[in-house]
Amino acid sequence: MSNHMNVSERHFEIRRATRASRVAVLVLLIVAVLVASFPYWAGRDTLRDFTQIAAYLVFAMMWNLLAGYGGMVSIGQQAYFGIGGYAMLILANYGGLSPFVAVPVAGAIAALVAVPVSLVAFRLEGGYFAIGTWVIAEVFRLTVANLSWLGGGSGTSLTALQDVPRSLRESLTLWLALAIVVAAIGLLYVFLRSKRGLALTAMRDNAVAANSQGVDVKRARFGVYLVSSGGAALAGGLYFVSNLRISPDAAFSVNWTAFAIFIVMIGGLGTLEGPIIGTLIFFLLNKFLSDFGTWYLIGLGTLAIVVTMFFPQGLWGYVSRRFGLQLFPVGRRVVFLDSGSRVLSARKESADPQHAAH
Amino acid sequence: MSSIVNILLQGVLLGALYALFAMGQSLVFGVMRLTNTAHGDFIVLLVFVLFVLTNLAHMPLWAAVPMLIGIAFCAGYALQYTVLNRVSGRDPLPSLVVTFGLSIVIQNVLQEVFSADPRALATGGFESMSISLPGGIALGLLPILTLAVTVAATLGLQWLFGRTPLGRVFRATSDDREIVQLMGVSPRRTFALAMGIAFVLIALAATLYAMRTAVSPSDGPALLLYAFEAVIIGGMGSFWGTFLGGIALGVAQQIGFYIDPGWGIWLGHVLFLALLTIRPQGLLPKTA
Repeated sequence: MSNHMNVSERHFEIRRATRASRVAVLVLLIVAVLVASFPYWAGRDTLRDFTQIAAYLVFAMMWNLLAGYGGMVSIGQQAYFGIGGYAMLILANYGGLSPFVAVPVAGAIAALVAVPVSLVAFRLEGGYFAIGTWVIAEVFRLTVANLSWLGGGSGTSLTALQDVPRSLRESLTLWLALAIVVAAIGLLYVFLRSKRGLALTAMRDNAVAANSQGVDVKRARFGVYLVSSGGAALAGGLYFVSNLRISPDAAFSVNWTAFAIFIVMIGGLGTLEGPIIGTLIFFLLNKFLSDFGTWYLIGLGTLAIVVTMFFPQGLWGYVSRRFGLQLFPVGRRVVFLDSGSRVLSARKESADPQHAAH
Repeated sequence: MSSIVNILLQGVLLGALYALFAMGQSLVFGVMRLTNTAHGDFIVLLVFVLFVLTNLAHMPLWAAVPMLIGIAFCAGYALQYTVLNRVSGRDPLPSLVVTFGLSIVIQNVLQEVFSADPRALATGGFESMSISLPGGIALGLLPILTLAVTVAATLGLQWLFGRTPLGRVFRATSDDREIVQLMGVSPRRTFALAMGIAFVLIALAATLYAMRTAVSPSDGPALLLYAFEAVIIGGMGSFWGTFLGGIALGVAQQIGFYIDPGWGIWLGHVLFLALLTIRPQGLLPKTA
């Protein structure tokens, strides 16, 4: 993007932040501080709720990274959720590692496991990739279910936390959850604003065109797969530190991916804001309607179908387009200074042309 | 020795059922490149429709099955025409999410209406009849009937695709859905017709499956994975390939079950992944 004008008579500047994004960052920081102080004033249920929200959110963000940015729709990310849970449990129960340290280690292990798995999974494309990854997740589930030292099909408990007082355990779990959420949002935001993030966004919009511009699509997809697998394992490790009990059917359940798909499609695919909003909606529905059991799930399935058919950009995509809002601006805008009110925005994302409001 | 022969024979017969599960999936993959993640749930749904026809409406099986086939064709045609045509484009995501959503809806509706208990179809003892071979091997009549139906379905599909005007339209639409419109073909109706035929195959599979074992509302995803594996092992676009893929999967599972009941399904999945790694084009890839 060379500019032929002399710097001294430049009449425009490049901006990234918007007023909404500054407010959003401020609000998120306040929320983070508030959450961090939960153990000193909030009830046990609140702590537990936040940990659950964090696990869903991080898992959904990782699915969004894979499908929304990498263009790889997987129905098998529960493989890494389960690996995260079981790796954390093995490290803690048998390796003597603190579960709170074991969670990030489990994330790294899952990313390593993803290397050989990708060799098999990447033989398939599109819809075939989706179901192929599901088969791989089933292989992990059946393998663990047949290992008697891990409790087989009925599962086992996290015994490493037995001697930790309950209130301390719950506080530490909450802070771990907060740290993972902040790290996930922060790192993804920084990454998507970087040169490589721009390559990824270009890939999302058109992989062939991105390739012709010098983006190494294959390598980028491989990287995205590793990161999203490690991230999914963080969510799994966190969930089972809070849950204290794990079984293959719970850890490798396809429902995890089903919920992630629901969250991302409702919130908005291929955006950072989408999974956050989707998770909040999902959690509220879950909190108040999950007593309805099958009817609740029928409703979720129907909602996912309707949204995909008629509102494919999701709730955030709609709001962002309608009101020109961006909480996490990853593109750049050109703002002309000379003509006062005239503002032209030229964002680098082609997905939703935005009209700046001021 | 005879136990090895027995395992192989039972594996082939089990595989024939998997191949039949996979025929509809193969057809849908082939014509509209649609990944239908609710395929297994459609099989289970039709099992319950058959159950309603025979046990609640008290229809005899010989009358209920043709009726099921008729219902299935209409349901498949309508589903594709009204819902799936809107989402089967180049991007795989919308069709995946919509069929995945359908899968969850079907499972939970069936559970709400029929409870989670497995249901079996009464066949008047046919499912336990068998013929004895030398060496103490017994072959069930129902599995042999299943094999016969699967071979007939494979021959029928191969003929339909290779020899009939409709098959030509299917192949042409699969190759380029824009160009066929210049020849006066409506891709929407072609896709709906293909889904209707796929549902007829699903109805056949559902009938034989329900006669073989008790079926519960949550069985769908497992059936989807078997069907999918058979299609990929066999090579996309070839019905004989799908047939072979089903047989290979059935034999692998039977060997696994023989070694340890806990590892049967596992061995089938692992065979699929191994074949995918060493022969990604499948056993019988379409050469054209």
